[in-house]
Amino acid sequence: MKCSEQTRSRASNILGIAFLLGGFLIAATVCAADSAGPSQIPNIFKPDSTPADSIFRLSKLVLVITSIIFVVVFSLIAYATAKFRKSDADDGSEPPQVYGSNQVELAWTVIPGLIVLVLFLATARVILSVQDAPKPPGAIEVIAVGHQYWWEYRYPELGVVTANELHVPVSDPQHPTPTFITLLSADTDHSFWVPRLAGKTDLIPNHPNHTWIDPHEAGLFLGQCAQYCGVQHAKMLLRVYVDSAADFDAWVQGQKRVAATNDAAAEGRHIFESTACINCHAVSGTVADGHFGPDLTHLMSRDTIAAGAALNTRENLRAWIQSPDSIKPGSLMPAMKLNDHDLDALTAYLETLR
Amino acid sequence: MASEIIAINEFAGGGQSVGEWLHGWVTTVDHKRLGILYILFSVFFLVIGGIEATIMRIQLMVPHNHFVSPEVFNRMFTMHGTTMIFFVAMPVLFGFGTYLIPLMIGARDMAFPRLNALSFWLTAFGGLLLYFSFIGGNGLYGAGNAPDVGWFAYAPLTSRAFSVGHSTDFWTLALLISGIGSIGTAVNFITTIITMRCPGMTLGKMPLLAWMNLVTAGMVILAVSPLTAAQIMLCFDRYLGAHFFDTQAGGSAVLWMHFFWIFGHPEVYILILPSFAFASEIIPVFSRKPIFGYPIMVAATVMIGFISMSVWAHHMFAIGMSSYGNTFFTITSMLISIPTGIKIFNWIGTMWGGKIRFKAPMLFCVAFLFQFLIAGLTGIMLAASPFNWQLTGSYFVVAHFHYVIVGAILFTLFGAFYYWYPKMTGRMYNETLARWHFWLFVIGFHLTFDFMHIPGLLGMPRRIYTYEPGRGWEFWNLLVTIGTFVQGIAVLIFVGNLLWSMFRGPVAGNDPWDAWTLEWSTTSPPPDYNFATIPVVESRRPLWDLKHPEDPDWKYE
Amino acid sequence: MNSVAAAHPPLKPEWTLPSRGRVGMFCLIAAESAVFTIFVIAYIFYIGKSVSGPQPNDVLELPVFISICLLSSSITIHLAVRALGKAQMGSFALWWVVTLALGSIFLVGTGREWHHLIYEKGLTINTNLFGTTYYSLVGLHAFHVTVGLLAILAVAIFTLMKKVKPEHHEKVEVFSMYWHFVDAVWVIVFTVVYIVGR
Repeated sequence: MKCSEQTRSRASNILGIAFLLGGFLIAATVCAADSAGPSQIPNIFKPDSTPADSIFRLSKLVLVITSIIFVVVFSLIAYATAKFRKSDADDGSEPPQVYGSNQVELAWTVIPGLIVLVLFLATARVILSVQDAPKPPGAIEVIAVGHQYWWEYRYPELGVVTANELHVPVSDPQHPTPTFITLLSADTDHSFWVPRLAGKTDLIPNHPNHTWIDPHEAGLFLGQCAQYCGVQHAKMLLRVYVDSAADFDAWVQGQKRVAATNDAAAEGRHIFESTACINCHAVSGTVADGHFGPDLTHLMSRDTIAAGAALNTRENLRAWIQSPDSIKPGSLMPAMKLNDHDLDALTAYLETLR
Repeated sequence: MASEIIAINEFAGGGQSVGEWLHGWVTTVDHKRLGILYILFSVFFLVIGGIEATIMRIQLMVPHNHFVSPEVFNRMFTMHGTTMIFFVAMPVLFGFGTYLIPLMIGARDMAFPRLNALSFWLTAFGGLLLYFSFIGGNGLYGAGNAPDVGWFAYAPLTSRAFSVGHSTDFWTLALLISGIGSIGTAVNFITTIITMRCPGMTLGKMPLLAWMNLVTAGMVILAVSPLTAAQIMLCFDRYLGAHFFDTQAGGSAVLWMHFFWIFGHPEVYILILPSFAFASEIIPVFSRKPIFGYPIMVAATVMIGFISMSVWAHHMFAIGMSSYGNTFFTITSMLISIPTGIKIFNWIGTMWGGKIRFKAPMLFCVAFLFQFLIAGLTGIMLAASPFNWQLTGSYFVVAHFHYVIVGAILFTLFGAFYYWYPKMTGRMYNETLARWHFWLFVIGFHLTFDFMHIPGLLGMPRRIYTYEPGRGWEFWNLLVTIGTFVQGIAVLIFVGNLLWSMFRGPVAGNDPWDAWTLEWSTTSPPPDYNFATIPVVESRRPLWDLKHPEDPDWKYE
Repeated sequence: MNSVAAAHPPLKPEWTLPSRGRVGMFCLIAAESAVFTIFVIAYIFYIGKSVSGPQPNDVLELPVFISICLLSSSITIHLAVRALGKAQMGSFALWWVVTLALGSIFLVGTGREWHHLIYEKGLTINTNLFGTTYYSLVGLHAFHVTVGLLAILAVAIFTLMKKVKPEHHEKVEVFSMYWHFVDAVWVIVFTVVYIVGR
């Protein structure tokens, strides 16, 4: 391949410009994606809650500044490679040997310094506004406990204990009802990340953390654990259901009820209460009071099982009990090794836990 | 010409039996041979680390893939990160430094040649120990195998309770041992540079490569030691029942994070400064001008060394530090962009008004400039703490740091390989193959690491063995994986070029690039004693003074 | 083409650079200081945080005697090195052996203190956070004392075999830097553990 130096540097310039254009296209795609209504794509540039919104506004400033720097410096590099390449008709002499320039070097130190100052001040404001936000009287309080590999949620003032699917009310800016979440861990480090609602905050054992969200729209917001916590870190998914005020109240009322008793499922309930299930799981109003695994009192009020790893259907529930490794290999629930009859009865019982 | 042939033959072991030749290499204390051993060791582990990356990328090509199990995937990302940082990047940079520093300062060897050899063999042993874990890792419950706790091994995941068996111990011990080797190398670099410069070479007349390795070595001493300390504490926790990071007994998981990142952040500057050194040697020679602003380049390097010790908790913005803590680390992290960024301007200033020859070393350095610019800008985004709360722990930060490590460090390393290959082997590499390597690697690199930013922006965390469909991540992950294969092909061409040219490349001569630093004044490869007589220098470019006696540098410096 | 002497301004006289041994030892001391700093930080961080078990106030007594011994050994090693520099081999041997003795007293004293803590006070490395950080920090220091004493012993044996000569003055002096470092670390450990921590 015998290209001239000229062709090569032209090629590199073309590549560079193509890359720039590509970058703009991608940015446009990302921003334009799903611009209508709540979406399942956890796009950090589609915030729906004040913390995420503050971050988004800061990010726009940062992106504008860095883009300008990029265009300027990129152009300088591209110009230098194009203009100062050795021409084919060169006489072989050395160019003027320039050792430096105090004025130029001062300029390109001071200007970045000013840019850093501006960026820092803008950033500091957002840090304070998000982290040190005061808790208004209407706030919902939740304690989130991270486990390998599921989420425990407690609403101490409302008397609700649930798992994996967090329900919060929509927050009206005039009468804010944000949700303030205390983050704890029962074992290793985890991280609570629902991009459209807030930046991530870790759950660290022996180190309580706090975060807050005030979603502006009802809907389902997705996320997942963002700090490697072991073999099934990938399937410790987050589902945040933002309900209207009425729906949220109805949900709370439903969750506070003691487990329904249904005589048709007595056999399954007996199996549940006499095998190892109660060592790990709790069902309010029964003898089951284990806390190693999720609270199952209102299992059927949830759309998914195994922290979002599978939909909450009879087949999946049955498969999960029979062999958790078939859905989430390495999860800490043991295979229960029940025969088919007992398995069916147990599943039938669990399906009564609405 | 005859002397060059003799030199090449001696290098290739002409006249010796295989046993003698091997013995010579294993027992050597010659800095040039040890440098080459470091480099060969790194290239070997580069291929292995690349295979580990490829396995991960195949698994992530489509959602819910079943190419490997979650256990295997988790070992892959742990081993890939640990290997690439500790057994590829650090050794190869130490290797180039070990080879070049004595030559560039006019010395005959390092200050402590036997310590030099010990350091290399400790590093090599550490690498073998880490990889032995694949077969030897069975522990108490038959569990074990390669470590799967991530390359930063956060507590309490590494405690006996959550990390059963010996896999974590392989991680700890391999790095402890190679860490001691690294400190040994750093001691050698500092002592050599301070006490063995040839007459006339004041600190202000040293090549920038020597300066940058001096600061790097200082950082190794101050940064690797905390990691050593933390790993000793982890061993105590795991085997003596200590409670340093035992959260059940009141210990702190956050303390491990602080200790690790006090090492981990300077570590990345330990990796980038030698890369800056390569660029600072190559760009001037191929632009035919001296480096623009040598004093400021030195000052900026020293400042980076200092400031880098104060930014570590920007890796911990999401762990719940107070707003004051987050603010402090934001300002220091943004501050460090100033001395780092102005170097880009100095390199552009070097090219400005020059007569640039685009041989392979320069191609890689120009690509480095573009890519380091972008990497630095995504770094600024990450320095803004609230923005970091979205970006950290996601594929955005994975893309950022690979942009630095591959796009900046590996690119300048490729440049360094091509630039000093003729000096080390006496033969010139094949320029056409090198260009194929360059363009393929550029395409593959950008395919993978440009698009990798996007899943991060769309909420994809790192270290997940699979992901849910419908979150908008599938297409980008596929593109990223395709780029991996393109890069793999390019690296194979690179390795092939190095091997082929060793036997078939044309004889290069002492100074094929018409360069200006002392290593080009001796034969290629240099004799054991480096220089027949110790040189005496008057300026930063001793060979320029020789070649241009009517217009020497010392008149202007 | 190995020499780069062309028409040039006269060289500044006397091209002297620091000695390799001194610079190398200084770097080693810097690295070790960083390691100790991390252990000291852990110690300070965990003061008062033990959930149960013996507390520093209950079990620690100021180890005054052994500290005086160790710190005096810095003086005696300095005297030994000075004597070696003046080729006073008898003096050197005497001060050197005294240094060895003082260092050994320190180690024995530490061992006795640990014996007391373990068997009579029930404090081990896994008792609580205090036990963990105490034994780690003091133990790390004692390890460095041990390594130093082994080197001092080796030199003592070489001295008895009449192999140590005045021209070894610089090497011995470089080693003594390490010993002074070990003593300086003890000052810090003593302050943190026995004064601040109690």
